[in-house]
Amino acid sequence: MDLDFSPEDLKFQAEVRRFLAEAYPAHLREKSERGEAFSKEDILGWQKVLAAKGWAAPSWPVQYGGTSWTPTQKYIWSEEQARADVLSIPPFGLNMLAPVLYTFGSEEQRERFLPDILAGNVWWCQGYSEPGSGSDLASLKTRAERITGDDGKEYYLVNGQKTWTTMAQFADWGFFLVRTDPTAKPQAGISFLLIDMKSPGVTVRPIITLEGGHEVNDVFLDNVKVPVENRVYEENKGWTCAKALLQHERSGIAGVAVSKRQLEKLRGMAATEASDVGGALIDDAFFRRKLAELEIDLTALEFTELRTLAGESSGEGPGPESSILKIKGTEIQQRLTELTLEAAGHYGAPHLLGLPHNAAAIGPVEARGAAGEYFNTRKTSIYGGSNEIQRNIIAKMVLGL
Amino acid sequence: MNFSFTEEQTLLRDSLASYLSDHYAFEQRRAAIKSAAGWRPQVWKAFAEDLGILGATFPEDVGGLGGGPTEQLVIMEELGKALVVEPYLATVVIAGGFLQRAKPAAAGDLLGRIVAGQATFAFAYAEPQGRYCWHDLATTARKDGAGYVLNGMKAVVVGAPWASHLIVTARTGGARRDQGGVSVFIVDAKAPGVAMREYPTVDGARAAEVSFENVKLGAEALIGPEGAALPLIEAVIDEATAAVCAEACGVLRRLHEGTVDYTKQRKQFGQPISQFQVLQHRMVDMFIAFEQSVSMTYMAHVRLVEAAAERAKAVSAAKVQIGRACRFVGQNAIQLHGGMGMTDEMAIGHYFKRATMIEAQFGNTDHHLARYEGLSFGKAA
Repeated sequence: MDLDFSPEDLKFQAEVRRFLAEAYPAHLREKSERGEAFSKEDILGWQKVLAAKGWAAPSWPVQYGGTSWTPTQKYIWSEEQARADVLSIPPFGLNMLAPVLYTFGSEEQRERFLPDILAGNVWWCQGYSEPGSGSDLASLKTRAERITGDDGKEYYLVNGQKTWTTMAQFADWGFFLVRTDPTAKPQAGISFLLIDMKSPGVTVRPIITLEGGHEVNDVFLDNVKVPVENRVYEENKGWTCAKALLQHERSGIAGVAVSKRQLEKLRGMAATEASDVGGALIDDAFFRRKLAELEIDLTALEFTELRTLAGESSGEGPGPESSILKIKGTEIQQRLTELTLEAAGHYGAPHLLGLPHNAAAIGPVEARGAAGEYFNTRKTSIYGGSNEIQRNIIAKMVLGL
Repeated sequence: MNFSFTEEQTLLRDSLASYLSDHYAFEQRRAAIKSAAGWRPQVWKAFAEDLGILGATFPEDVGGLGGGPTEQLVIMEELGKALVVEPYLATVVIAGGFLQRAKPAAAGDLLGRIVAGQATFAFAYAEPQGRYCWHDLATTARKDGAGYVLNGMKAVVVGAPWASHLIVTARTGGARRDQGGVSVFIVDAKAPGVAMREYPTVDGARAAEVSFENVKLGAEALIGPEGAALPLIEAVIDEATAAVCAEACGVLRRLHEGTVDYTKQRKQFGQPISQFQVLQHRMVDMFIAFEQSVSMTYMAHVRLVEAAAERAKAVSAAKVQIGRACRFVGQNAIQLHGGMGMTDEMAIGHYFKRATMIEAQFGNTDHHLARYEGLSFGKAA
């Protein structure tokens, strides 16, 4: 048992650092510093740079354009990205759909979709949740009926509503779970469809979240015609794809690298913000204690993730234990935003969206957007299977209850 | 980066676990801790002769097997699972830790005797007024010719009634709470002037209030630098604290598994109580606390070899996690066992008692949080 990076790992780390320092566009860095949201072009532009380097999809099999990095190298990659404050590419195409395609998709589907996902040519969104089915995903009602089109070809006619669809406003395509057999048991009648978001009958309506941001959307599907060849895997076997998808990329689910970076920023903030009794906030006994507890819990999470990765590389696979990473990772993300807002003091209150674009900033730079982040981050213990659902998973799958 | 155990380490774990399941079952332990002696020298003999664990972490030139922190972790976790009271921690981890570093005239011989099971130790470091401050020492070792004269009183010296030797911290200079002036000595437990008031501890061991009255020590009794031994003491206590974290992992595993098993058997309202979601989620939270404790224990052990500040920070972080887990998992294990959890006949309560004592051993959660804060953020202004 040891923590040492091998000489090859250290060389790799240096290479990653150099690459990120040289390749990350200055205008993206400036945007983050101003607290501005990234555009679709910003995000896909950075992905194109990564793709050109061959690093857009480290976890994919090499034959489809992945890397053969070891778990330690992947760990270094996420650490270094967080350290360099580079934007993170949304997971929908690269880490959610792609594994389903190379695991369950047909040869034609792989050839048709994987290269564009890798290159950042196409933005994907995930159509899972519905107004009536949140944590109970298998209760979804969006209906897909087989029809023969006027052109004599086979289609699914899709009707229903998806919700909480993240970044659907940017999406070119979406992968959707739909019900193809309403008579079967809930899990047995679902199929996995790829839908062109420009298809007639697809409507995207923004949902503005409590901090004022536009991340999620309702997606209405009104008599949308989807060619049968856009179904991945067998009809009524979509649940198999959905489950496999949930198992993928568990390693990143804890968000350790990003939380470590956030903690570093919070520490910096606590060293400059004043406490009530003179001196810096970091010398305030109560704040200091909360910060220490958070730092220790983050270390515990990091080492739990490292143990999971070690298990993965020795072939044990990411088990349901990785639900621990989801629960603890999201709790820590939330506590970080909570303490950042506390540290902001009075300057937690100004609403950034209430200001004209070029207005002079109000309050210290670290406090900017702290409340928005706090409000927004409440989502993390709700999405991806709420933390209560994660506890059910551990109870059933690990403890055998 | 590597978090796996070697084949030898797995073998070590398996052979120790198998011995303990044959010779250290709950009833066997219960009888032993109630006996006059309170421990079983034949178990110690088996540790030395059949299992070889007393030398597993020592270098080969003193008869050891050349292992290190990972072997220590494996052994302590298994000892925790069986609630072993025999003085492995004080003898191998603590005395072994001092003797290996200090190499006084007698060290080579004493290390060999530890490996052979012929010497047992207790660590007399705490004093009634000092709480968890290791340099708050009223015990003095006054220079007397080439040797020293020891006077003072040590609190709750665990395993002292069983010990052939004591490791004693004492002041050779400075004022009571000074960091300087601290020294460490090996004292024969039967030396004239050593007196013990013996008693059982709540977690099944034996301890004593140990007093020293004009105990004459030779020059060779001094381990480490005279008057400047605090860094040495801190290093050894950090290793011992990591070892206790590993022991706690064994204890927590039993508390958690025992609770899961019990709730599957116990029926109320016509069903096993494990079917109730409120209990399931509680047990998941216990499981998470346990897993996080294992992670932090690994973390602390791999960092034992680092420079003092990093080592100390890692150990204190781990002890905070373990201290909290011991309380949370222990209390909930009793709660979920209901009335049965309150009885002396169920093993669960004995694990709870050990877990509770581990919380405070070598400093409680508040102590280690404060220590961690100092190391991570610097002294508060």
